[in-house]
Amino acid sequence: MEIKNSYELPLSKERVWAALNDEEFLKRSIPWCEKLERRSETELAAEVKLKIGPMSTRFTGNITLSDIDPPNGYTITGSGKGGIAGAASGSAKVKLLENKDASSTTLSYEVSAQVKGKIAQLGSRLIQSTAKKLSKNFFGSFVKQLEDMDKPQ
Amino acid sequence: MSEGIGASVLRKEDKKFLTGKGRYTDDINRSGQTHAYFVRSDVAHANIKSIDTKAASAASGVVAVYTGEDVAADGIGGPICGWVVPCRDGSPTKEPPHPILANGKVRYVGDHVAVVIAETLAQAKSAAELVEVEFEELPAVVDLESASSSAEIHKEVPDNCYFDWELGDEASTDKALESASRVVKLQVKNNRLVPNAMEPRAALAEYDDVSESYTLHTTSQNPQLTRLVIAAFMFQIPESKLRVVAPDVGGGFGSKIYVYAEEAVCTWASKKINRPIKWTADRTQAFLSDAHGRDHINNVQLALDDNNKIIGLRVDTICNLGSYLSAFAVSVPTYLHGTLLSGVYDIPAIYTNVKGMATTTAPVDAYRGAGRPEATYLLERTMDAAAREVGMDPTEFRRLNFIPKDAFPYQTQVALQYDTGDYEPQLDQAMEMIDYKNFENRRSEAAKRGMYRGIGVSTYIEACGIAPSAVAGALGSRVGLYESASVRVDPTGTITVFTGAHSHGQGHATTFAQIVSEKLGVPLANVDLIHGDSEKNSFGMGTYGSRSLAVGGAALVKALDKVIEKSKKIAAHLMEASVEDVEFNEGKFAIAGTDKEKAFGEIALAAYVPHNYPHETLEPGLEESAFYDPLNFTYPSGAHIAEVEVDPATGVVEVVDWAACDDFGNLINPMIVEGQVHGGIAQGIGQALLENAHYDENGQLLTASYMDYCMPRADDLPSFKVGYTNTPCTHNDLGVKGCGEAGAIASPPAIINAVIDALSPLGITDMSMPATPLKVWKAIQDSQSVAAE
Repeated sequence: MEIKNSYELPLSKERVWAALNDEEFLKRSIPWCEKLERRSETELAAEVKLKIGPMSTRFTGNITLSDIDPPNGYTITGSGKGGIAGAASGSAKVKLLENKDASSTTLSYEVSAQVKGKIAQLGSRLIQSTAKKLSKNFFGSFVKQLEDMDKPQ
Repeated sequence: MSEGIGASVLRKEDKKFLTGKGRYTDDINRSGQTHAYFVRSDVAHANIKSIDTKAASAASGVVAVYTGEDVAADGIGGPICGWVVPCRDGSPTKEPPHPILANGKVRYVGDHVAVVIAETLAQAKSAAELVEVEFEELPAVVDLESASSSAEIHKEVPDNCYFDWELGDEASTDKALESASRVVKLQVKNNRLVPNAMEPRAALAEYDDVSESYTLHTTSQNPQLTRLVIAAFMFQIPESKLRVVAPDVGGGFGSKIYVYAEEAVCTWASKKINRPIKWTADRTQAFLSDAHGRDHINNVQLALDDNNKIIGLRVDTICNLGSYLSAFAVSVPTYLHGTLLSGVYDIPAIYTNVKGMATTTAPVDAYRGAGRPEATYLLERTMDAAAREVGMDPTEFRRLNFIPKDAFPYQTQVALQYDTGDYEPQLDQAMEMIDYKNFENRRSEAAKRGMYRGIGVSTYIEACGIAPSAVAGALGSRVGLYESASVRVDPTGTITVFTGAHSHGQGHATTFAQIVSEKLGVPLANVDLIHGDSEKNSFGMGTYGSRSLAVGGAALVKALDKVIEKSKKIAAHLMEASVEDVEFNEGKFAIAGTDKEKAFGEIALAAYVPHNYPHETLEPGLEESAFYDPLNFTYPSGAHIAEVEVDPATGVVEVVDWAACDDFGNLINPMIVEGQVHGGIAQGIGQALLENAHYDENGQLLTASYMDYCMPRADDLPSFKVGYTNTPCTHNDLGVKGCGEAGAIASPPAIINAVIDALSPLGITDMSMPATPLKVWKAIQDSQSVAAE
């Protein structure tokens, strides 16, 4: 399964890159994320609770960062187990492109994902729409947090 | 009104079912019962590196957790293959082991990795989540056409090919194709189906350590065979130490013929924990692990001469048999498919090659029709394609090639000998029923409404009443296919019939009682039927292949004849006459030429209260058994005509009218027969328009619920017009042929032919099953873009 999308963020490339590498910041931007811990430079452990169609499942898994090219992008590879609901794995290529006025950045990603077990059997056709909804939520809260930080206290 | 043969009496079993009093396996509970839940593979193909059951074993309520190692340690074998065929190169069918819990490797999503047995189902399910399985994933094998060059699934199955089989005369067929004035070529695909019986599979297994015997209640179409396979082949225990009961069973359609892993695992484990174990599949498990149906790709070449007569037929088939060989998987695409390729047509040369492939998908086996729907679909699609190419009406092209009625018994070029049949009258009658001659008016009227209307014909034949044991044995069957019946007459004349056939929707309690009523002249209410219990019933082969009546009913007639024969002797004694002078009519034994007579009840009483009884020549009692092995298959045939309307805006195909004229020989209960025809057509409409089991490229089943697997519903079906012709079967006493599968065999090509006919003004000549709205809409769009260029 392939998912492609891009977002225009009203922030500089460096700002976005820094945020993308700050696990505490990321965790706050992901409302369904229950745990995100850095294990090493390139490894994180995550626990997320997701609702896909009829299934509400907690996934635990590991995330690896590779092809790190600051501040232009990286590849996130992860796999998570959702117990009886099955498992998911995949990778996302994230790229940052500075727009002409330098005050905004286009973030694009290409996800290739595989789902197994009950998620595939019951929810596969819902994954595209779920992913769209989740990424919209994520980037919404990602931008809002950065903007809030910029506001005078 | 007569309650005997030919009467549409209401079904005796319906009061029970309609008032919720049916007793299915899951309704039965035992004290101390535990619950099993299976840990299944969520990957299609992998080596098992490790299974950690520690946490699961320690979880609340867990009684035991077992894996394939435990099964292997106890020497428990897997389900066996009930039918094998020789390959073209002389080698046998490749039969890889089929462990009931995976031992080292999983081969499809749903494959059984471990079983968790706990006090409650919820506890078993929770603990199952704690079983840690580490897989080393291997490439999935999903695509049928490239399966032979894909990853090896079993080391015993080179090139993932279980068998490469042939039937017919290749040289003469290829000669016909070379000399033909026209060769019609077509590739058709028979979509993969999930059987979807209303009641999912279930098991209740118990072990009695006093008698050292097992009892298994299960959802089976043939409990006696289940007992034989589990006891003798899998457990290697005395057969008498296992009782198998199939109580009320809510539909089978073939999927409940086979012994599956779950039933065997529960039976085995019930002794290990010495407690009863209940297992009932949920719907997702049914989708994943019930044997699927169909899944063929057929390449067809039909040779015609100058006069549009068929002179040869070649069919090259590859079929998907899935990850393991299910019990009758091998017979379905071979001897239940290749032998039907002559259809109702006089074809002088036929050759077929079938390759049965392994893939990392669920096992594939018989599903309503089993091989015959696939044969009928490819042949009837080809007949329409040929008619279109030569510019003939499809009904006229068929007529030209029908086996003439004076040619029976007709020997086909693919092993079968049709005993009787007459194909033109059934086509005439179906055409009359649907008003074929005025169809073009209806097409024009629909066109004014913006709809494309089409009509499609299917003239089918099937071989059922499975089967003559000698023939089946010669063709590779490892079992006999006779049937048993016992008739027990009580002292007051009421009757209990015991049959080896099994009713799971067919209405045997009614039809078998009608046969008794007809033969003995007793009221229907006085006849009860016992089936489905290996402890009560004689060994029999169960119900599939439209065999219950043609084989089991014929066995019943033989047992009833023995009852009558003995009754005549008793009557002769009681009335002091010679046996030759006793006549039996409408329940009365009379002495010819006198007014002396005895009612059947009086004879029964004399048999059990033998105060005045010919002890020197007869035993007391009135109870007889018979086994019947048929001389030939039976050959139901018929003409089905579908009329559809396609909405070009949405691609939705609506089946607007249906005429079915079938020759099932004599009918015992026309109402039940009509119900079977309706059900069969509904399943055929499901296959043709709605249903499709789809695995993604990783071997994940994406259609594993009713959200994604579309079953036919009432509003998908028209009101069916059902009619009959009758050429009675020549080789059973009832003259019956069987009707259970006909609708599902006849209907898919009728619908697709009708859809193609509807879209023919757009230049569309092909459509694959299921003809979903998206597929039809795309075809319409493509045809319009072609037209625009």
